Amino acid sequence: MNTTNASPAAPAKADFSSDQEVRWCPGCGDYSILKQVQTLLEQSGRRKEEVVFISGIGCSSRFPYYLDTFGLHGIHGRAPAIVGGLRSVRPDLSVWMITGDGDALSIGGNHIIHLLRRNVDVNVLLFNNEIYGLTKGQYSPTSPEGAVTRSTPLGSTDHPFNPLALVKGADGTFIARCMDRDPKHMREVLARADAHRGTSLVEVYQNCNVFNDGAFEAFTEKGSKADNTLFVEHGKPLLFANGTKGISLQDMRPTVIDIGAERSVNDCWVHDERDSFKASLLVRLFDDPRTQGGFPRPFGVLFVKDRPTHEAKLQAQVQAARERKGQGDLDALLRGDHTWEIV
Amino acid sequence: METPAKPKTVEPRQNVVILFAGDSGDGIQLTGAQFTDNNALFGNDVSTFPNYPSEIRAPQGTLAGVSGFQLHFGSVEVFTPGDRCDVLVVMNAAALKANLHKLKQGGIIIANADGFDRKNLRLAGYIDEADPLTDGSLEAYKLHSVDVTKLTRAALEGTTLGMKEKDRCKNMFVLGFINWMFSRELDNSERFLEHKFGRKPELMEANRRVLLAGYHYGETSETFTTRFEVKPAPMPKGTYRSITGNQGTALGLLAGARKAGLQLFYGSYPITPASDILHELSRHKNLGAITFQAEDEIAAIASAIGASYGGALGVTASSGPGIALKIEAMGLAFMLELPLVIVNVQRGGPSTGLPTKTEQADLWQAVHGRNGEAPIPVIAASTPVDCFEMAFEAVQLAVEHMTPVILLTDGYIANGAEPWRFPSSADLPTITPNFIQAPNDGDRFLPYRRDARGVRPWALPGQAGLQHRIGGIEKQDGTGNISYDPANHEKMVRLRAEKVARIADRFRPIRLDSGPPEGDLLIVGWGSTYGAIRTAALQMQAEGHSVAHVHLRHLFPFNKGLGPLLRKFRQVLVPEMNSGQLRQLLRAEYLVDARGLSKVQGLPFTSEEIRNAALDLLTHNTTAAAATQA
Ligand code: SF4
Repeated sequence: MNTTNASPAAPAKADFSSDQEVRWCPGCGDYSILKQVQTLLEQSGRRKEEVVFISGIGCSSRFPYYLDTFGLHGIHGRAPAIVGGLRSVRPDLSVWMITGDGDALSIGGNHIIHLLRRNVDVNVLLFNNEIYGLTKGQYSPTSPEGAVTRSTPLGSTDHPFNPLALVKGADGTFIARCMDRDPKHMREVLARADAHRGTSLVEVYQNCNVFNDGAFEAFTEKGSKADNTLFVEHGKPLLFANGTKGISLQDMRPTVIDIGAERSVNDCWVHDERDSFKASLLVRLFDDPRTQGGFPRPFGVLFVKDRPTHEAKLQAQVQAARERKGQGDLDALLRGDHTWEIV
Repeated sequence: METPAKPKTVEPRQNVVILFAGDSGDGIQLTGAQFTDNNALFGNDVSTFPNYPSEIRAPQGTLAGVSGFQLHFGSVEVFTPGDRCDVLVVMNAAALKANLHKLKQGGIIIANADGFDRKNLRLAGYIDEADPLTDGSLEAYKLHSVDVTKLTRAALEGTTLGMKEKDRCKNMFVLGFINWMFSRELDNSERFLEHKFGRKPELMEANRRVLLAGYHYGETSETFTTRFEVKPAPMPKGTYRSITGNQGTALGLLAGARKAGLQLFYGSYPITPASDILHELSRHKNLGAITFQAEDEIAAIASAIGASYGGALGVTASSGPGIALKIEAMGLAFMLELPLVIVNVQRGGPSTGLPTKTEQADLWQAVHGRNGEAPIPVIAASTPVDCFEMAFEAVQLAVEHMTPVILLTDGYIANGAEPWRFPSSADLPTITPNFIQAPNDGDRFLPYRRDARGVRPWALPGQAGLQHRIGGIEKQDGTGNISYDPANHEKMVRLRAEKVARIADRFRPIRLDSGPPEGDLLIVGWGSTYGAIRTAALQMQAEGHSVAHVHLRHLFPFNKGLGPLLRKFRQVLVPEMNSGQLRQLLRAEYLVDARGLSKVQGLPFTSEEIRNAALDLLTHNTTAAAATQA
């Protein structure tokens, strides 16, 4: 059902912050993400009432309380399923899902992959801080092997997920990465995610300064950022380290090259965000700068594909059934195909 | 038609129970359903129960592969598919072995002789391949051995059909013969064949020939001297259809959604014996019903919650183990105070238990099974037709009181069928969602401001000025904002419980199903035991006993009239297909010395078992046996 009350003219710039006091730890990366989302919504000209935020459980999942939109703070890991149901009956809304590395990839792992393969139209912001914050510091499914946390005093024995490779494996139709410390870039990525029809999954590197401070500093700090990050743009060569290095692709094998006398920009792999095979390679550039440091980590929109959304297909079936069988009459339904009279 | 060799006598019967049994491939379900149709059209009351093998493709000829279809039809009202059968039709040795114990002493066996060759006898486990059709072991019964295969092939001589195709018509021979035996016409079955094989005239003609051959066989064969006749039952006038419990549930949900003006969203994960609800609903997309086969049981309920949040009627259904997975999300729906219907088609438990068998052992789970204090209304259906009514009521309670509601049915009524004098849509009450259109506190919106019934408003995304945030964390009264305040928590626990308790205010006054308003014994039942208890109670009343029967539809909260009613009887007996769950709830609530009659065998009660326990209690005033033998 559609109950949107058309208000005469949407205000150009509404204030999307709610009256609730924000309760994250001071210095938490979540603040930056909240700010960018609020700004994006304010600039989008959307009405507050047509925006819905759904979350699971975790520090990030408190997000909906801080926006003056509709919000549902769900249960651990199940936000994708709640979104699936909401979307099936309300294709008119703008739906956002807020989740974290534990929420999406551990307890909700099953739901997130099915959300992606169905291509439900939702903007998923996966706050990855490589730790369980709300429960005070246990390792998460993205913590690196050997991570020493409160539950792994001798170091984690688990191999971590590469979240975007998982998303690609589940046939996600919009795959992107950004970080809390680069708000401008984040806003650009979020705007692209918002414009995409289907499941837009944006992994946001988010610093948990209390339990896992500096997890991403190789990517965020001035001294190391240039060497360890690769900001991709559609149609542009893959260059990093202030243009001194690039990535070439020969025989489907990416290689870091020095840009100079021997190799030039023309030898670089040119980013094509619509190329599924190249995207599969791109998400695999996942070297840990602390231990490996061969390839830089890609940021930006890594992959986009147009595929009909789940709700569009559902609605089309309803439509087709109505064209075939009519609107459906309750009396005909109750009567069924075969009746008899007792006189 | 040929002249009968010998005049046949016609014996009137008040009611007959017939069980068709054979290999899954023998077309037993179709034969049973067709014969049921003929009787219903004739005007009998009918009640049926199919019995499928637990394995999908059990080896042919084995006990594990036996499929059955039981039909009870009568010139009087019938309430169950019948305790024991009068006629047993078996297509092979395994079918006989698996079902002989269900046949009454002196009952009729019609056996397909071809299904008793050495191989079939060995597969069925007859020692030394001893043939029960010839070794005299069935002397206590009226045995008719008919070579169905041979007669079927003979009827199809000269056709171009291959042997396999010919043999596939065997069930039509049986159908034709049984129709003769019970003095029924074949018109309806012929019409059915025309419909089914409309595009394959050759097959239609073959099946029709075999059907007629079966009928003529009864007429001409020397061995059958008696036909039976079951007169029409005094059924209320009107238009009827047949309905299974799962169909009833599906239609009740659809009708409820329609009467509430809501789109139906059904989130589910395949599970026996609930999947037929999904199959039925997925056929009605034109009514706007959306079915969503989720990745698991948790996603099934969570998606339904999302749909309700969006303004649809969210529904999920499952059985025991699936319901266990949904419990966390039930707590969320309870906290969010959104409409949600949860159907549990109970089966034998615990754990995977007995997936294809019936039980009522999830009552405590429904009433108590959540973390924290999360009372959810629990209602139960008692017959296939009642599944429709209770599903409709579940929608009504959920939508009008903003709460999840649990509807309990079970495998016995879910798969069983009975005639239904279906209502017209105009007979069904309108359901009024508690929608809100504008802020309710000046220009502020308070999502948890309750009305006199304790019900909060349903504010849908998209409505200007009603933006709000809800979640599973404890919330402040009125605003719904997160609150950890101790006194507020206690208040909210109380407010939520009061809202659910107040639902009992709308229940119709409690009504006895049969019997005097006070007396010696009250039998209290719930769910699918209805038919067996009703049959036993009516019989005992006819015998002059002071026995009444009340059947509970509302298990939480109870009907307010229940307490006073219990006190009007000297003794209370609670038959249940569990170890005494309702009995304990009644004792806890009313301090009444209710006695139990338990049966936990994956099988329904027979009315005989209920009557025996009731008589025992009346004469000896003893505690009824903890468990009865089937
Ligand atoms: S625990 Fe970490 S993630 Fe959670 S609010 Fe504090 S800093 Fe942020």
